Amino acid sequence: MVQSVVPEIIKESVANLIKNGERADGRALDQYREISLETGVIKKAEGSARVKIGKTQIVVGAKPQIGEPFPDTPNVGVLITNSELLPMAAPNFEAGPPNETSVELSRVTDRCIREGKTLDLEKLVIIPGKKVWMIFLDLHIVDYDGNLMDAAVLGSLAALMNTKIPSTTIEGDEVVIDYEKMVPIPIKEQPLMCTMAKIGGELVADPSLEEDDVLDARISIGMRTDGSICAMQKGGSVPLTREEVLKAVGMAQKKTKELRENITKL
Amino acid sequence: MIIILTSKSIGDSNKGSLITSVTKKRPDGRAFDELRPLKIEAGVLERADGSSYVEIGDNKVLAAVYGPRELHVRRLLKPNMAILRCRYNMAPFSVEDRKRPGPDRRSVEISKITAEALNPAVFLEKFPRSTIDIFIEVLQAEGGTRCAGITAASVALADAGIPMRDMVAACAAGKADGKVIMDLSEWEDKEGEADLPIAMMPRTGDITLLQMDGHLTGDEFEKALDLAVKGCKIISEEQKNAIKNRYGD
Repeated sequence: MVQSVVPEIIKESVANLIKNGERADGRALDQYREISLETGVIKKAEGSARVKIGKTQIVVGAKPQIGEPFPDTPNVGVLITNSELLPMAAPNFEAGPPNETSVELSRVTDRCIREGKTLDLEKLVIIPGKKVWMIFLDLHIVDYDGNLMDAAVLGSLAALMNTKIPSTTIEGDEVVIDYEKMVPIPIKEQPLMCTMAKIGGELVADPSLEEDDVLDARISIGMRTDGSICAMQKGGSVPLTREEVLKAVGMAQKKTKELRENITKL
Repeated sequence: MIIILTSKSIGDSNKGSLITSVTKKRPDGRAFDELRPLKIEAGVLERADGSSYVEIGDNKVLAAVYGPRELHVRRLLKPNMAILRCRYNMAPFSVEDRKRPGPDRRSVEISKITAEALNPAVFLEKFPRSTIDIFIEVLQAEGGTRCAGITAASVALADAGIPMRDMVAACAAGKADGKVIMDLSEWEDKEGEADLPIAMMPRTGDITLLQMDGHLTGDEFEKALDLAVKGCKIISEEQKNAIKNRYGD
């Protein structure tokens, strides 16, 4: 992720602990930190969620707008995902246009949500080829404590499941948008993402800030409810072996099931 | 093709008609000198050196402070004191129609006057050649976000342990439906006749921010100013409570 300067000595001690099957914060290698998830936290947004994994905290807001579909996909609605790594979230985050990390985060989140077939985009069409609902998903990262991707996808899914749009009816050549009658947006699937970090030759789930800073490589895996894969992203400049990738998929299948309990609890 | 919108209603508190002479109350049921429900919390973020969360009415505002820390922009550096920088930002989902991310003219102005409102309170001369950075994030806006931002920023500064002469508090007063009132809601701000946000150091009574738009007579202005000062004093007590709740007496 956004790597800060880490003394070699910290890197070595984190790696040595993990080689012995331990982690600095006492977790098992495949154990997540505490997760909290609330929805409907922003009244002004048609859908919203606040997610915390450890001390990482993201506020997600979904806002529907009526717009024109993209010319190459005239018969589906539009989903636009955007993230802001706010300068308040970490001392090394800077204000300004989205940097590489922020763009990667939005794109991976978007891919997981999109390819996971979360939304029934065809049902977001108002007039085919002319008017569709555009759902703007904005991720506001307010506190950065490692593993943004899993938090981003979990928060995005929760916010979308919380989103309501006004019902629309077509009367002659008029579209009537009824803000008195809000309906949930059509959700088809519930994909989630699980990130593993490779440190000291081992894979650990849910990297903490310290682990995110020293990791050799990272692999994020998006999964649908049935354990099938919908998105992947490798990060970090150290390669992964075939065995490591397959092991990560196995871990993700187990861990996304656990993560899902946060969604079913809502 | 015509698109018809049927009653795009927002929040519950800002709906309703203007104050009627029968009830004498405001649309949300408040008295003319009553604040919206207020909640202030200190130390809500992990990474920031100091932070706070303020809710006033339906406003939800986060503030974070980093510093004093090294200043990398050489031309801003002051050899004898720290500089105080502020960034006020609204989340895209904080308002009725999605706001495009990034600074606009309004947020740049608010950032500037917020820094100027806090400047006199901070002992900047204690930290030469450094910067104190304040980040204000409006998560939900319902009128009076600049005041909520300043109120939150002072608590975050105190939470960061930065020495100050006083904790700056901010509150607006104004006029809606012919009456001078304290702490305008979004609806009163939009439909009303005048808005007067101020910030002050309650201990000395020094005013560190003052803006006004609309139309007031001299007498009305004086009344509004007194109401805003009264509001600041109530908010100031809540700011102190937030710090006490976090650190004890």
